[in-house]
Amino acid sequence: MPVAPAITDLEQLKNRPILSDLLAWNAGAVQKARFDRDELTVFIARESIRDACAWLKSQGVIDFLSDLTCADFYPRDPRFEVAYHLLSIRNKQRIRLKAVLGGDDAVLESITPVWPAANFFERELFDLFGIRFLGHPYLRRIMMPEDWEGHPLRKDYPVEGYR
Amino acid sequence: MGHLNQANPVLDTADDRTMILNMGPQHPSTHGVLRLLLEIDGETVVRMMPDIGFLHTGIEKTCEAKFYQQVVPLTDRIDYLCPMVNNLCYVQAVEKLLGLEIPPRAVWMRVMLAELQRISSHLVWLGTHAMDIGAMSVFLYCFREREDLLRIYEMVSGQRMMTSYFRIGGLALEPPLGFFEKVKDFLDRFPDKVDEYEDLLTGNRIFIDRLKGVAQISGEDALAFGLSGPSLRASGVDFDIRRDMPYGGYEKFRFKVPVQKDGDVWARYLCRIAELRESREIAKQALEGMPSGPIKADAPKIVLPDREKMKTQMEALIYHFKIVTEGFAVPEGEVYHAIESPRGEMGYYVVSDGTAKPMRVHMRSPSYANLQALPLMCEGKLIADVVAAIGSIDIVLGEIDR
Repeated sequence: MPVAPAITDLEQLKNRPILSDLLAWNAGAVQKARFDRDELTVFIARESIRDACAWLKSQGVIDFLSDLTCADFYPRDPRFEVAYHLLSIRNKQRIRLKAVLGGDDAVLESITPVWPAANFFERELFDLFGIRFLGHPYLRRIMMPEDWEGHPLRKDYPVEGYR
Repeated sequence: MGHLNQANPVLDTADDRTMILNMGPQHPSTHGVLRLLLEIDGETVVRMMPDIGFLHTGIEKTCEAKFYQQVVPLTDRIDYLCPMVNNLCYVQAVEKLLGLEIPPRAVWMRVMLAELQRISSHLVWLGTHAMDIGAMSVFLYCFREREDLLRIYEMVSGQRMMTSYFRIGGLALEPPLGFFEKVKDFLDRFPDKVDEYEDLLTGNRIFIDRLKGVAQISGEDALAFGLSGPSLRASGVDFDIRRDMPYGGYEKFRFKVPVQKDGDVWARYLCRIAELRESREIAKQALEGMPSGPIKADAPKIVLPDREKMKTQMEALIYHFKIVTEGFAVPEGEVYHAIESPRGEMGYYVVSDGTAKPMRVHMRSPSYANLQALPLMCEGKLIADVVAAIGSIDIVLGEIDR
């Protein structure tokens, strides 16, 4: 019943589907990989994340963006880990790409031009985490009111809000 | 995606020919508090922009302040038409984090109830969708059957809607006496009822003319815009998580996945009607093969002990006290667990930092992604068809805004 330990050695994982494609595309952009609880996570250099998505889509490896979200590891620095959950409907496989961001320069390239599905997800991250996406067509608050101050899902934002 | 191509996509009057129409947030056929900004040229929609967030309650933030087991009631309130499906997705994600196996009876009960929830959710969709189109009586028929289902949920969990019946490690309670007979009775009656709805709608000339060829979307666009579930399958993409990436025991069940090619409102209607019958098949198989045995995993540090044990045994009382006051620590890690909800891919992304409270819970709600495709479906079409399009993607605003 105990969970098998995570595999973090890139050498052991390099033949996994999708990760092998990514390594063949640009091994320099793949920072590290982790296989934990039957899920493969690949850390991609933040400046390459859009190219990685565009390449995976153009090669027909991935055809569906399931989810795009973020976790705040404050007070650790860099604090944000943006997670792209991709699904290959053809091969019935999932992969998680991750980009790590610091609090001061929380900027990423938008993948909305690659998958229009990312539009609302990126707006949500902008609204609730304060991460900016370059090249997004309409980056405005989506959940909170336009004049809201702060980004509620950041860890240094109190659960009860500011009163 | 007309409004995305504009340099400044804020809706304002572009020229004298068009006008801005505000639809919602209090509009009966937006199925909640959805606001749509429509730029219209006469009867034609030129641009559309959905505006959401009116129901935002910060559930994801609240989850971070609760113990793992305290999050279950919050998940009910996301998609209030199928609370057990949400429970299922969350508890399975946490069970994956813990590496917890649950006993077969709990697995089969979960499948059966999840399928009954799919039926009741689709019944609400069918009733409201038909009412939007103008067929009032179907609504009453659908809610008659839904009432039977709500009684079944009440019988098993004590609640009609916010059930919180699935718990981490199993189920809350053993189903009461007479429960399975009630379910069997419902499942035996149900196919005739679906025939009844189909008699009213599927052959109805007015209904067909109103839906056929309306709000079309191609399979390629549907994938790019993140459509999932019946809305995706109606565009010819044959993908169902239950069959293709089975979770929670679905590999043991045999069922067909209805697929349509046209990608219009009519195709989505046919897909969901066929799913009503398939869900009934799955629930029937689960009922017939229901194993006996415990309903909770043997993990005293995680699963609350039975009430009787707690009152008579010292250890059980200690465990009960510990779980309620301190929660249970979940090993560090992260999990994205996706299941097929009535609306599409429902995914829970749970990150644990090794403590008793989740560090991050994110819900990938299918309605949120499905809503993005609405402008693509409606732009260039008639304003009356917007209502049909909204009904056909079956959105729940609680799930969109969270």
